[in-house]
Amino acid sequence: MTTTNWTPAQPIVSIRDLHKSFGDLEVLKGISLDVMKGEVICVIGPSGSGKSTLIRCINALNPINSGSILVEGQEVHDPALDKLALRKKVGMVFQQYNLFPHKTALQNVMMAPLKVLKRPRDEVEKHARELMNRVNLQGKEDSYPGELSGGQQQRVAIARSLAMNPDVMLFDEVTAALDPETVKEVLLAIKDLAQSGMTCILVTHEMGFAREVADHIYFTDRGVIVEHGPPATFFTEAKDPRTQEFLSQIL
Amino acid sequence: MNGFQQYFFDLSADHPRWNFIFFYDPVQTERVLSGLWMTVQLSVSCVVLSVIIGLVGAWLQGAKSPLVRAIVQGYIQFFRNTPPLIQLLFFYFALGQFTPTYSPDGWLEVPIISNVGWAIISLSFFAAAFNVEIFRAGIEAIPESTQEASEALGMSRLQTFLYVVFPLAFRVSLPALNNNLVNLVKTTTQALAIAVPELLYQMVSIYNDYSTAQYACMVVLFVAYIVLVGLLVFGMNSWERAARIPGYGQ
Ligand SMILES: Nc1ncnc2c1ncn2[C@@H]1O[C@H](COP(=O)(O)OP(=O)(O)OP(=O)(O)O)[C@@H](O)[C@H]1O
Ligand SMILES: [Mg+2]
Repeated sequence: MTTTNWTPAQPIVSIRDLHKSFGDLEVLKGISLDVMKGEVICVIGPSGSGKSTLIRCINALNPINSGSILVEGQEVHDPALDKLALRKKVGMVFQQYNLFPHKTALQNVMMAPLKVLKRPRDEVEKHARELMNRVNLQGKEDSYPGELSGGQQQRVAIARSLAMNPDVMLFDEVTAALDPETVKEVLLAIKDLAQSGMTCILVTHEMGFAREVADHIYFTDRGVIVEHGPPATFFTEAKDPRTQEFLSQIL
Repeated sequence: MNGFQQYFFDLSADHPRWNFIFFYDPVQTERVLSGLWMTVQLSVSCVVLSVIIGLVGAWLQGAKSPLVRAIVQGYIQFFRNTPPLIQLLFFYFALGQFTPTYSPDGWLEVPIISNVGWAIISLSFFAAAFNVEIFRAGIEAIPESTQEASEALGMSRLQTFLYVVFPLAFRVSLPALNNNLVNLVKTTTQALAIAVPELLYQMVSIYNDYSTAQYACMVVLFVAYIVLVGLLVFGMNSWERAARIPGYGQ
């Protein structure tokens, strides 16, 4: 791993003029944003505007065409980058949970620390049990994903990601597949995390939640950031007609 | 003669078409047992080897190099689209010509691969061609998103394959694998053509020597294969049940 001069006073994630195309379709057309350590930012915007693509570029699940993404000063799309090192720093939670169906909840949480970090098993298990408690799933350690509700699976997925002790967490519409009842329990887990000082980048359609937890909100449409600001002003003083229209539909 | 032997001896005297000669003549008993043992050895070796070749093939099919993938595809097409009997004959008579020989006594020339060896090789590659496709289909059934989740956790491609994709794909593959292995066990009888002394070979020799034993041989052959294949199916089904994941894929 190349060493960088990054200090916590600088943005932990810094995106500059990011362009990304799938074939002829340009999905991201010059995105720039900064996230400071401990900040919680929410990305909102209509379907197909490139929110998932943006978030997937941050942990190198998608390659980019041009621009730059620095995580702790490290260029994510440097061909010489150690992807594993990046992914130890950046955790990701997906809309569809994507748990390992053949492993119990606890085993899901333990797998990466055991296989990737090669930590001793008893230490990993202790940490995993703490994380299960933290997402309010004590008693569900030995259940398989197929035996858990969507909200429970998503909380296991959050615990699984946290088990790697990431510096930044990415959440891609993690409540979109859930029914309204269970959305709350997942949001609660994320809120707890955000308030504990974890740097979070969230794509969400939950405006109330965004208003409550976000330090900064970005509105994207057709591959560009149309407008952004702290929640206090963003929701009330949106200037761009596209933002106004989107907010009027969703609020 | 004990009671059991006496019974079948009397039966053959009263009904000459039902001469279960191997139930009272120890020499023939020995032939049947050795044939059965050979069949069991042949089946077990071929099952194990064909699964291993199948796994390697399925893994190679995911290789980056188009040449490697083309070779695996060519192998599958060759073995899947030609009769196993012809493959056996080809391996034994054509390839057997070119294998080195050794001489235990200075006179005799013995090929290092016997007819049993060729039968195991040929039948394993035959069944493995199907196994490759079975495992490949299993691997393809595992959603890309599950693999992404593993990679997002920092697992390497190999770790993702070993700990996530493979355990799931294998479960998906089990029913089809079960069928193919049943076929394989039945196909071992074709090793008769290159004089491998397995069960069918021994039975045919017996009724060639004692023509009155033909019906009896047929009956015992059917029963023997029902039991052998039954054991395999029972084992595979138990395995499938043991590998079942609560709340997944039913
Ligand atoms: N792997 C891919 N190949 C080709 N096109 C893709 C791919 N992934 C996304 N796209 C396209 O990129 C555009 C942006 O997709 P993206 O998933 O980033 O949108 P989104 O803002 O997350 O939408 P949603 O709110 O519906 O999740 C869409 O038009 C989509 O069809
Ligand atoms: Mg999306």
